[in-house]
This record gives sequence, C-alpha cells and structure tokens, in this order.
Amino acid sequence: MTRLLLLPIVFLLTLFVDGCSPKKKSSITIAGSTSVQPFIEKLADQFMAKYPGIKIDVQGGGSTAGIQATFNNTCNIGTSSRNLKQNEQELKTFLMCYDGIVIILHKTNPINDLTEEQIRAIFDGTITNWKEVGGKDSKIIPVTREEGSGTRGSFEDLIMEKKVISDACLVQDSNGSVREIIATTPQGIGYISAGLVDERVKAININGISANTENFLSHKYKFMRPFLLLTKDAPTSNVKKFIDYTLSTEAQDILKKYGLISIGIKE
Amino acid sequence: MKDKIAKWTLLVIAFSAVLALLLITFFIFQQGVPLMFKAGLKNFFSTQWSPTHGKFGISSMIVGSLMVTFGALLIGVPLGLSCAIFLTEFSSKTVQKNLKPVIELLAGIPSVVYGFIGIIVLVPFIREHIGGPGFSVLASSIILGIMILPTIVSISYDSLLVVPGTYRAGSLALGATKWQTVTMVLIPAARSGIITSIILGMGRAIGETMAVIMIAGNALKIPHSILDPVRTITSTIALELSYSVGDHRMALFACGTILFIIIIILNIIATKLTRRT
Repeated sequence: MTRLLLLPIVFLLTLFVDGCSPKKKSSITIAGSTSVQPFIEKLADQFMAKYPGIKIDVQGGGSTAGIQATFNNTCNIGTSSRNLKQNEQELKTFLMCYDGIVIILHKTNPINDLTEEQIRAIFDGTITNWKEVGGKDSKIIPVTREEGSGTRGSFEDLIMEKKVISDACLVQDSNGSVREIIATTPQGIGYISAGLVDERVKAININGISANTENFLSHKYKFMRPFLLLTKDAPTSNVKKFIDYTLSTEAQDILKKYGLISIGIKE
Repeated sequence: MKDKIAKWTLLVIAFSAVLALLLITFFIFQQGVPLMFKAGLKNFFSTQWSPTHGKFGISSMIVGSLMVTFGALLIGVPLGLSCAIFLTEFSSKTVQKNLKPVIELLAGIPSVVYGFIGIIVLVPFIREHIGGPGFSVLASSIILGIMILPTIVSISYDSLLVVPGTYRAGSLALGATKWQTVTMVLIPAARSGIITSIILGMGRAIGETMAVIMIAGNALKIPHSILDPVRTITSTIALELSYSVGDHRMALFACGTILFIIIIILNIIATKLTRRT
C-alpha cells in the first residue's frame, strides 16, 4: 500500500523540482512580434555561434505583447512589427529592417495589377466579383488575418486607411496559412509578409509598382512596415552587443537573403 | 493506520479534481464576466466583433458554434446509431470483434489530422463540385460528424448490448420482425445510453477547435447557407488569444464563459431528458 502511495508523491515532487532549475548566466530574452521572430531566430543562431558565452532565448507573443514585456522588464529586447503608439514612445527603438506587405493571388489568376482603391474595395466587401477588376466572372474570396495581428494592423494602416475589413473575409492566424489557402484557392486574395512569398503564389503589383527588392530599397513601393527592436533603457553589455550585431553588414545581409529590406549600413 | 492514510490520500486526490474544476470555473468567470458589463450586454450580444475597436459582439460566433454542432449531429448520429445497431443486432461475432476496435481507433486520431484531411480533400471537393469557397459549415459538419462517431458508436453499442436478452426473445415471440424489435423495443430500452452518447458527441463537437479552425474559414459573418464560412466560439479564442491584451483578452475569456454556459445548459437538458424514461 505504502509503495502505491509513493508514486503520486514522487510525481508531485518532480513538479517542484522542475520549477527551480538554475538559470544560465548571461542570457538574453527576446520577445514580441511573430513576424519578426523567424528572422531574429536566424540572427540569434549566428550570434550565439560567434559568442558562445551568451545564450539567446527568442519568444513570440505578438508586437503588443513584446512592447508590454519590454515595459515590464520581462524580456531584455522586445520586437515589434508596427510603429509605436503615442503612449509607448518612451521605449528606446532600433530600426532593424523593413518588411514589405504584398498582395498575393492564386497562380492561375490572370490579374497582375490592382490599385490601392481596388484592394481596399475588395477587403471592405464593396467589390465581390473578379469581373469588376478585370478578371474572370467568379466570386472573390478574400483572406485576412485575425484581430490583434501585427500584419493585419499594418495592412489596415497602409492600405485600408479608414475602411473596415469586411466580416465576410476568411480569417487565418498566420502568414503561412494565408499563403496555404491562396495557393489552393483559385478565387483567393490575401496579404502576407514579403519575406514569405514563395513560388506557389503570385505577388501582384500595387498601383503598377511591383513588389521587388529594387522598389523596396528605393521606397517606391509604399506598403512597408518597420521591424523594430525595443529596450526600456539604453542597451548595455550583451544586449548592446546583440543590437549592434543585428545592424552589422553581416546580419543585414542575412536579412536581405530572406527577403527583408535592409536599412542600408553606414560604414 | 495504513487504511486511514490511504483513505485520506485518496480523498485529497478525489477532491483535487473537483477543486481544479471549481478553480477553472471561478477563473473563467472572474476574467470574463466584468467585460460583459463593461462593454454592456447589448454590445456583447451584437454581431459586430472587433475587440481592438471596442466592439465585442459574439452572436455570430454563438450561431456559428451551434450550426456546426447541429450539423455534426445530423451527420454523426444517424451514422453512429445505425453502426451500433448493426454491430449489436445484425452482425456476426467476428465482424463485431474486428469492426468495433477500428471505429474506436478513430477517436485516437489527433484533431489536427482531421483538419488536414479536411483541407486537402474535403475543402477542394466542396469548392469544385458544390460551390462556395469550400471552407464552410458543410465541411466542418462533415469532419466533426466523423470525429464524434466513435463516441456515439461505442456508448450506444454498450447500452444496446446490456438490454436483457429476454426483451429480444419476448418481442420476437410476439411476432415482431427483427427491425420492429430494434425500433420498438431495443432503442427505447437503451434510450438513456443513446442520449448520453449523443450529448457526449455534442460536447466534443462544440468544444473542438483545431480541426474547425483549419476548415471552417473563420469568417465572422453569420452564414446564410451551409456553403458559407463560419466562425465558432472556440476558434475565436484559439485564433486571437496569442496576440490579445487588455480588453481583447478579457473578451476572449467572456467567450469562454458563454461556451461554458452553453455546455452546462446542454448537459442539464440532457440529464432531464434521460431521467424522464
């Protein structure tokens, strides 16, 4: 009998042990935008290879959560894929790079070009048939991101202006699943981060300007959002080392390789 | 002495389950209810959901959850019940022995796999052959209908099996056909078990999240046909929780509160129905 009782007791004890495992010294916690996360992870890997003594822990949570975490000191560096609001201005910001928001269609869709107004009208539900913008006679299936997403926030700011995204739009919770739906739905239209466009979908021109690196760099393509690194106080020691690293030519080249728009380094 | 220790330890363990339930209930209500009053009940039960702009209407999601659940029952109950009847009354022992474990195996498939099958097979099929975007009430109902089959089959099967053999013999002796025996004697006799199976299936359908997120389309508009996309309460919580802060997060807890209340109401109705035999 006693042996039987031992089992749950041991189990309960293990719960406690797990809670107090010692923390490694000199580690940096980065939290925030899920759009920034995959790129920061890549930079962190490179950084850790260079400085084996420093451990970087990258977490998601969203831009707003990242900003909150920076305020509360629960992370060393916060990341945001949108500009700071009025009441968030106290944080120190470091512009890491820009990310283009591109409109994607199914490969077979004959349309290659839409104006800003047309996109706005499609997403607010005024235009519901591809015929109205010069395509085939079929219903448009717009796909949007969920409420609270940084990508949705940027899309609203950059393209929707004051218009509201229609509640008839399909809703998906990541860039990847939006791309997945567009890749398989001939009538679909969606918006994702430029770095995540692949050969299964078609990125179209907006106002006749195509979403390519050249137009991104010259800022001719307007629909870009900043990727920001945030700290509460002026960065010191390891945190400063990492932020400096993200702004170095090496890191910026990595970001460029993944389709992001580097800020241009002043040597 | 040892007996006493065992008794008390087991008592503590038994109560910890109840305590966990109470804590969860308390937590959900404590987090969710304040927002309902802050936003106003009129706002909360409207159809406009845009929590980052102060609109917290969850009616369309309640409708969505109920539609999808009802659809799942419409598909799952006839199939599941017929399967249980076939297994107990019309099949040989070997068929029973082989078929039942296979059906129960369905319960072990993770819901994300169901969702994946839905996206790869069902959604394109509906889009190309029936119409609409494919992500729809219909797709979700079919997938959920299949997901609740094992629950309905195994519990109905067990309750049909425990109907005393004398009932069958008596009915057949009175000249009833096998089918008449099933519909007039066995199903009424096994009624409470069958209803329980339906309620448990319904609970699974209304609470299912992953598969539904993948195939329902999650549009906030109240669907006008079964080919329109739909948003359920659970998928709203799962979709938006990771990014939500402040009132938005509270609103998601409020969604949880409503889901909780709906499930309690369904359970009460179910217990009332079963007792009336």
